[in-house]
Amino acid sequence: MSNLVLAEHDNQSIKPATLNAVAAAQKLGGDVHVLVAGKDARPAADAAAKIAGVAKVLLADDAAYANQLAENLAPLLVSLAKGYKALLAPATTSGKNVLPRVAALLDVAQISDIVKVEDADTFVRPIYAGNAMATVKSSDPVKVITVRTTAFPAVAAEGGSAAVENVAAVGAANVSTFVGQELSKSDRPELTAARVVISGGRGMQSGENFAMLEKVADRLGAAVGASRAAVDAGFVPNDYQVGQTGKIVAPELYIAVGISGAIQHLAGMKDSKVIVAINKDEEAPIFQVADYGLVGDLFKIVPELEAELGKQLGK
Amino acid sequence: MKVIVAVKRVVDYNVKIRVKADKTGVELSNVKMSMNPFDEIGVEEAVRLKEAGVASEVVAVSIGPAQAQETIRTALAMGADRGILIKTDEEVQPLAVAKLLKAVVEAEAPQIVILGKQAIDDDSNQTGQMLAALLGWAQGTFASKVTLGEGKATVTREVDGGLQTVELKLPAVVTTDLRLNEPRYASLPNIMKAKKKPIDEKTPADLGVDIAPRLKTLKVEEPPKRQAGRKVASVEELVQALKNEAGVI
Repeated sequence: MSNLVLAEHDNQSIKPATLNAVAAAQKLGGDVHVLVAGKDARPAADAAAKIAGVAKVLLADDAAYANQLAENLAPLLVSLAKGYKALLAPATTSGKNVLPRVAALLDVAQISDIVKVEDADTFVRPIYAGNAMATVKSSDPVKVITVRTTAFPAVAAEGGSAAVENVAAVGAANVSTFVGQELSKSDRPELTAARVVISGGRGMQSGENFAMLEKVADRLGAAVGASRAAVDAGFVPNDYQVGQTGKIVAPELYIAVGISGAIQHLAGMKDSKVIVAINKDEEAPIFQVADYGLVGDLFKIVPELEAELGKQLGK
Repeated sequence: MKVIVAVKRVVDYNVKIRVKADKTGVELSNVKMSMNPFDEIGVEEAVRLKEAGVASEVVAVSIGPAQAQETIRTALAMGADRGILIKTDEEVQPLAVAKLLKAVVEAEAPQIVILGKQAIDDDSNQTGQMLAALLGWAQGTFASKVTLGEGKATVTREVDGGLQTVELKLPAVVTTDLRLNEPRYASLPNIMKAKKKPIDEKTPADLGVDIAPRLKTLKVEEPPKRQAGRKVASVEELVQALKNEAGVI
């Protein structure tokens, strides 16, 4: 029996999170197939066919799938579910939107945000903002799973040569329509895919002050993130949010600036390889998870850091 | 129009939870419990719809033990009109919650059901989507703005890359994200008034729903602990350490 991964894509290319979901699917045993559902999505399907370890790509090309509306995608996945022992998607806002809907239509549980595959029925997932890890066993005939991308190293995007097979669309549910989107434009890497992330918290005091972090980010090729407190305070948009209810990141280097380290925030970054904390309060909980802590006024330290990086890295 | 809002009783978000020594779960006795923060946002949104004259009635529904009544009272104190408690001491997983809510929705016929996008205990982020699926309704998940029009709702959604706007045919399900609104604190007079508002009690059996869990929890453990590192005295020392010791820049 095979496993089917719902690809995250923009009709032209495959989003990196898909590669982590494929890695998790491989752990289940059996072939891995990838579903590309979109409109004029042949380029994305061709890219999916090159992913290492993918045996087959299913392409559902229809206007109904142009904007990944859950109401339209779910019946498509249900129509394909027979013959698969697991349906997977990365635990992105898109995967989390669609897969519970699929599970309910199949009358099975959905298993959210898995970080480990114990066996084909048993999975580990974080609960309580990652302050506890639950090992759960599913008794359902088909597993519907979202994958915490940071827990499964991505498979190679190139190297495979899977066949692309067209599958029939099942039509639109006609209960929802896509109106538009405002995507943040940035030349910096995506938060969840960046090698270095620098995040600001309430201590930044204003949205304008995030410009300081951006300068450091430019030195390091880093993405800029924020704590929920900074989002709540209106300093930056919600798509900056790292934490239990925002994005989960695990970069090589995470720099937390003016972030106290609430458990909700730690949940989103504590698997980073190296953590640096800059905070004026030496008792701040962030220091308990930081590899390197620097106590002091961030408004003095951050510009110094930018200058020092410039000097050391010669950029 | 009628609005249903689902509220869950969870461990308060400020509590540092402890895993039980026998690994069967998380310690829940003598722990402060509160309404799931995303559900508070849901109640606030529903009450605002009523205050704006769009909603005629706000019904708060909770599923859980007898104490879940307190969570409903909180919703009533915030401005909901009446409550429904589906009482059970069993574990109720998202699919079963969605089935119970579906039964309530079929009896109450609301135009919109508002839920928190996720509960901060099991962090599942499933119930709203499942309820919408079972009802065959549209879903506006992770909402940061909801505007109701004639027979439709326009929902702005928080997505990974920014914001997405969708139009949903009513009736529909909406799940809240944190920027949708800032929930009010219930005033003392409203807390007193809430005590007189009706709460109807039912059981899963009354609604004909099988709530047997589909996922069995084999064990619950502490996550691996991260060791605290060291304090550095200067930016210079920090950059040297990152470069030469950690090798990450």
